[in-house]
Amino acid sequence: MTTDSRDLILARVRRALVDVPAEEGPADVPVPRDYLTTHSPADPVRTLAENLADYRAVVHHADPAGLPALIADRLAERGTRTLVVPPGLPPEWLSAVVGAPGDPGIAVRVDSATDSPSDLDAADSVLTGCALAVAETGTIVLDGGPDQGRRRITLVPDHHVCVIRAPEQVVDSLPQALPRLDPARPGTWISGPSATSDIELNRVEGVHGPRTLEVILVHI
Amino acid sequence: MNGGVYVGMPAFPEAAEAAVRDEVLRGNLRHATGTIRARRAAAVAELSDWAALRAAGAAIKERTLRHLDHYLLQVEERVTAAGGVVHWAADAAEANRIVTDLVRETGEREVVKVKSMATQEIGLNEALAEAGITAYETDLAELIVQLGDDRPSHILVPAIHRNRGEIREIFADRMATWGRPAPDGLTDEPAELAEAARLHLREKFLRARVAVSGANFVVAETGTLAVVESEGNGRMCLTLPETLISVVGIEKIVPTWRDLEVFLQLLPRSSTAERMNPYTSLWTGTTEGDGPRAFHLVLLDNGRSDTLADTVGRQALRCIRCSACLNVCPVYERTGGHAYGSVYPGPIGAILTPQLQGMEDELAASLPYASSLCGACYEVCPVAIDIPDVLVHLRERAANGGAVSRRGTPVRIRPARGHAAERAAMRAAAWAFDRPGALRAAQRLGAATRRLHPRRLPGPGRAWTASRDLPTFPEQSFRDWWTRNRDDRQP
Repeated sequence: MTTDSRDLILARVRRALVDVPAEEGPADVPVPRDYLTTHSPADPVRTLAENLADYRAVVHHADPAGLPALIADRLAERGTRTLVVPPGLPPEWLSAVVGAPGDPGIAVRVDSATDSPSDLDAADSVLTGCALAVAETGTIVLDGGPDQGRRRITLVPDHHVCVIRAPEQVVDSLPQALPRLDPARPGTWISGPSATSDIELNRVEGVHGPRTLEVILVHI
Repeated sequence: MNGGVYVGMPAFPEAAEAAVRDEVLRGNLRHATGTIRARRAAAVAELSDWAALRAAGAAIKERTLRHLDHYLLQVEERVTAAGGVVHWAADAAEANRIVTDLVRETGEREVVKVKSMATQEIGLNEALAEAGITAYETDLAELIVQLGDDRPSHILVPAIHRNRGEIREIFADRMATWGRPAPDGLTDEPAELAEAARLHLREKFLRARVAVSGANFVVAETGTLAVVESEGNGRMCLTLPETLISVVGIEKIVPTWRDLEVFLQLLPRSSTAERMNPYTSLWTGTTEGDGPRAFHLVLLDNGRSDTLADTVGRQALRCIRCSACLNVCPVYERTGGHAYGSVYPGPIGAILTPQLQGMEDELAASLPYASSLCGACYEVCPVAIDIPDVLVHLRERAANGGAVSRRGTPVRIRPARGHAAERAAMRAAAWAFDRPGALRAAQRLGAATRRLHPRRLPGPGRAWTASRDLPTFPEQSFRDWWTRNRDDRQP
């Protein structure tokens, strides 16, 4: 019975800790936090771009006016036929994709909870925003916000295009990132495309997640 | 298997002797560990505050362990409040029973698995198979091990003992029996091998309805679980199925959300030598419309509370399974992971397995000796576990026996077999050191007969001199030399 095991385990743990004084509380165990809250990159956006590229993400830059054309360009280059987007994606991001006259047709599929994994598997690309990005580690953080959607949509298609608003969404370091994130939201941290070190401990890009990660830094 | 020792394996010295004669194995290990050692050092050198992060990591884990009952209750409360169901498993058998029952309730006959040391430790796949449930390993290295009907030999890279050519053979020969066959004309190019795994596993991910995982961290204050990975197989398992079952050792807790800022810097750089691993998933209970609708957390004791009872050995529970200690260990580099005969190989395994399993087992009792005590493991450990100190502590227990906790009850264990000569020698030495006259007589006798001493010891000492020279006796003892020279120097 699980209830019994709960009591049993708690009793074992308490007996194991007889050396801990009864008056000691968790906060009485000192945790030195003299590590750095930033390693002070001179230009965090540039450091982010460098670290993303170092882990084989493809990095682009745009201003807000040029963003829709760049997105359309990336999808055309890729040969995307079906694009998945989260329900809350800013509509103007797609203005150059949807509106192109004589376009042979990129089908834009707005993700819905009823879509099956196989539906997603049939899509070529996914386009999202992000919650924030960490310069020092080259990390994009998704938290299921309206412009990011369900966790699976950035996983099953083989091509992910992610838009980061710079500099407002870029932080230096992990100690700066965590206070800005809500633990209740499902988090996905992405640092480069899917990879493995399982063959002779050498890094190889491209296993189960998107094998191509394109990042667009929009300089606002 | 119980507590992480594979049944029927020989003790470390015999297994190691066989392993070091395998030249392919030694070549594979030398290549892989050499590569990762240099890269880890470079990744760590990038952070000027590494020592401070390491001290913080050790202290956070120490705080957790000293108040584990408090944090366990907090985890239970927060995970439940977030829509999860918490189960408690005192040992491997109970954890296996809980998971098997949960899978049965879904009506499914197969599960996909994220690489997890805890489920390896309890032998979950074998238990599920007995219940007619197939568990598919989805981590590339675990897939290599599963297809090859092999055993993991490394914490992070379970197929480190295999080179690319061997992996190609396993894929080409075995994938068809488990599902989609390997592509025709598969070469040993790592990118092609990864592609073969992608194709083979994709159909399993898309149809999976139940997943089993472990977790790298459980945040007590929020009830959040974290899985750190590279390939995306973890994300597939954590987000596509309808039911998620996570089996997590009770020591995986960190107190606060903020503590992740320490461990997510320490872990990737120590394990894969990356600034950050490609994917980290964080989830708190269930989320409406995104991911599994049912989430079960199985909290596993299985010897951890016994380990906690040992105030010296307790620090082994700080381990975050990075495997840096394996990669720097001169013993591991030469013998590989299989020689340890346990789920946790290398230096950390040599202190964890004997404590989780108990040293009544001959193999477990031999593991604290699988080290030259060089200290490299302590130096690279991101949570500052003093592995050599614990090794010496456990050696003393092997030689002398003593008081330990077993399943929560204090017991006295007898000395492990094979240490009688060591104990007799130590007793004789203690007797002589207490009696200066006897010591002097013995030293003079030793010096007078020095030319007659054999180079190898007879009887039970033979094993000791099999790989060492017997020290030669000096012509005179230090005490005799001192007596003579002190008088000469006086003016």
